[in-house]
Amino acid sequence: MTTTTPETPTSTVQPGQVQPGTQGGAVGAISNYLDERTSISAVVKEFGRKIFPDHWSFMLGEVALYSFVVILISGSFLTFFFQASMAEVVYNGSYVPLKGLEMSAAMNSSLDISFDVRGGLLMRQVHHWAALLFIASIVLHMLRIYFTGAFRKPRELNWVIGFLLFVLAMGEGFTGYSLPDDLLSGNGLRIIDGLLKGIPVIGTWISYLLFGGEFPGTQIIGRLYTLHILLLPAIVVALIALHLVFVVVHKHTQYPGPGKTNNNVVGYPILPVYAAKAGGFFFIVFGVIMLMAAFFTINPIWNYGPYDPSPVSAGTQPDWYIGFADGALRLIPPGWEWTLGNYTFSLNVFLPVVVLGLFIVAVLLYPFFEGWVTGDKREHHLLDRPRNAPTRTAIGAAGITFYCGLFFAASSDLIATHFKMAMEHVIHILQFTTVIGPFIAFFIAKRICLALQKKDREIALHGFESGRIVRLPGGEYIEVHHQLDAYERWKLVSFNDYQPLMLRPNDRGEIKTSQRLRAAVSRWFFEDRIAPVTRTELEAAHSHGDHGDHGVVEAKDEAMGGAPHIRS
Amino acid sequence: MSSAAQKKSRRRSTRTGRRHPLATVALIAIGLLFTGGAYALFNSTSSGTEAVAASQDQVDRGSKLFSANCATCHGMNLQGTSAGPSLLGVGAAAVDFQVGTGRMPLQNTGPQAPEKPAQFTTEDTAALAAYVASIAPGPGLPEAEYLDGGGDATHGAELFRINCAMCHNVAGAGGALTEGKYAPSLTGVSAKHIYEAMVTGPQNMPVFNDANLTPEDKRDIITSLKYLEDNPSPGGIELGNLGPVAEGLFLWIFGLGTIVALTVWLTARSN
Repeated sequence: MTTTTPETPTSTVQPGQVQPGTQGGAVGAISNYLDERTSISAVVKEFGRKIFPDHWSFMLGEVALYSFVVILISGSFLTFFFQASMAEVVYNGSYVPLKGLEMSAAMNSSLDISFDVRGGLLMRQVHHWAALLFIASIVLHMLRIYFTGAFRKPRELNWVIGFLLFVLAMGEGFTGYSLPDDLLSGNGLRIIDGLLKGIPVIGTWISYLLFGGEFPGTQIIGRLYTLHILLLPAIVVALIALHLVFVVVHKHTQYPGPGKTNNNVVGYPILPVYAAKAGGFFFIVFGVIMLMAAFFTINPIWNYGPYDPSPVSAGTQPDWYIGFADGALRLIPPGWEWTLGNYTFSLNVFLPVVVLGLFIVAVLLYPFFEGWVTGDKREHHLLDRPRNAPTRTAIGAAGITFYCGLFFAASSDLIATHFKMAMEHVIHILQFTTVIGPFIAFFIAKRICLALQKKDREIALHGFESGRIVRLPGGEYIEVHHQLDAYERWKLVSFNDYQPLMLRPNDRGEIKTSQRLRAAVSRWFFEDRIAPVTRTELEAAHSHGDHGDHGVVEAKDEAMGGAPHIRS
Repeated sequence: MSSAAQKKSRRRSTRTGRRHPLATVALIAIGLLFTGGAYALFNSTSSGTEAVAASQDQVDRGSKLFSANCATCHGMNLQGTSAGPSLLGVGAAAVDFQVGTGRMPLQNTGPQAPEKPAQFTTEDTAALAAYVASIAPGPGLPEAEYLDGGGDATHGAELFRINCAMCHNVAGAGGALTEGKYAPSLTGVSAKHIYEAMVTGPQNMPVFNDANLTPEDKRDIITSLKYLEDNPSPGGIELGNLGPVAEGLFLWIFGLGTIVALTVWLTARSN
């Protein structure tokens, strides 16, 4: 682990003097030229010595970044050929089963990209696969952040930025999905139109505003195109930049371990190690996307044909990241709507919108909620192991169950056909999973976390079982335990421990309702807890077992019904 | 050509000796060619038109097969029972489809009769079809000219999207219906069976009669389906043509799986 500074020649050359290009040769000369004009060496020095810890889960955000770069590159290529117009044209390209069919210019140009532009189909597939990977890696990255508590102070705002990026990425995905104006994308837009119209009072007008009149109109593709290639990418790029600036400002978090504290970062410097690794990793991600795009069809618009409001294909689904919204519509029981005069109130469409909105806001604000519950104002640069924050982990498990219930509901028809089930049964099972499942998941996850903590505590105090049974001269059997070394043990005993908030009157001697609420939530959060092993406990556990070279042999008191420790 | 003419030519050659000795053979060959050709021509045109042309033998054979294999549920006189519908007027097309794709005889009751290996030979199937068609008239077997896949694929694909895709999926990959029923995949289904299904509307499928979709329309639809079957996707492996669900599943398991494996590899410490 070395920290190297980049060698940039300092400018001590007098005016009129020719600088001998000895040190560093051409590279040195160029860096010198740049540095004299931009003073960039200070930045490179500062940035190049930035340390990043090494762990596979820290690279998931990078995957998102790199797939976004791939999306930008392939997307730029596609803009050269795509026509965002809904003008009617007759297809006359090389795909036979669509020849002579009337379609929009958008669909026509998408087909031309696929069949008549050299490399066009590959680029389309690269763009689409990269988009799927982009959002999937964001989700995985976000789960890593959540379950390790990396969103705590000072990173709450970066969580918000990252989550906004996730939402924007879904927006980017959906606008892009709609652009080819094939049957699938048109069906997707029709659902969005329905969702908008389901909003009470203003819904119809919002839909008219978006589509420029009654669906589908002749405006929507052009408008989505502007959003897709101009507005949304600009915001995404700006937020990514801000996201990365925050990563640099906050320094990277690290997993707990010996020598790792809240005040240091243990790892490799950006230059040269990480620059090389990350640069190489970009090409690896690019390569994986390219392989997928080269060998696997994605969105075969030639099968779907041009959009026509009458047909809807079986197996019409959104791309996976919008699946949870589609699933929510499928899970709503039928008939949840009522009429008032000549006005229909469609709860069956509006309720999913509300629930999903609340879910998104809940995820967005979670860091602030947890900060309020713990009342912890300290900075945290050391990550939590998920088991050491049982309630948070359990909430995460509940959230994932809820999301997955909705997500899988979007493919309820395919689950039914492929697992030979009745559609109704699939829907009922997923309704249960979505509504009751989160509570079950919460309970199970929390119990698993507490059990794992207990096990950790047990191992830290008494070592792990060696599997060797020894019979003592008195006839008693004991099992030999091996002790962990100090490094291993450190991981098990050093973690944050929170206790439920004490309800105390303030200066004026009164207890406010907000305080009561906070205390109640805090109690719910932390009442079941396994305290970390203290130094005294550790010493007490180990002193009686310290017997020279033979290692520690002791009886497991729990196993023997709480009998006093037997020394060997 | 009749035997009288043969005799006549022979008589001539023996009597006069002016004809080449092989003339008789040549004449016989020409005559046989004519009769054979005419028979073949007659045969091929008659097979398509009406099952009425079926021989009495075939009908008798079909009747026996029916009594042994079908009558339990459909009744001795095709009138139907509580276990199976009446087959009066379903025509040869329905029998050929249901028996030819193995859907009938039904193995057990369920939401829908699944396709399975056909249990009757082609001749037996034809005999059953002839028998059922002989009791009451119904849609006959499709004519070969509509099954050749030489129609207009563009028109056929459009008709397919409008009329069929909501159950069978745009690429004919199949889809779910309610209560465990489903629209089967159309990949690998023969042109004849596709045509018969459209005409007879088996199980949950609606009937697309000739007023709804003309025989030429049906031919176009078959053409577009056969095009999809014969031409692999230009984009690479199709992932079952199931749409975004298959794509998403592939991405999460194989795409992201590969990427995560690579990150683990990149950050692994050397031993």
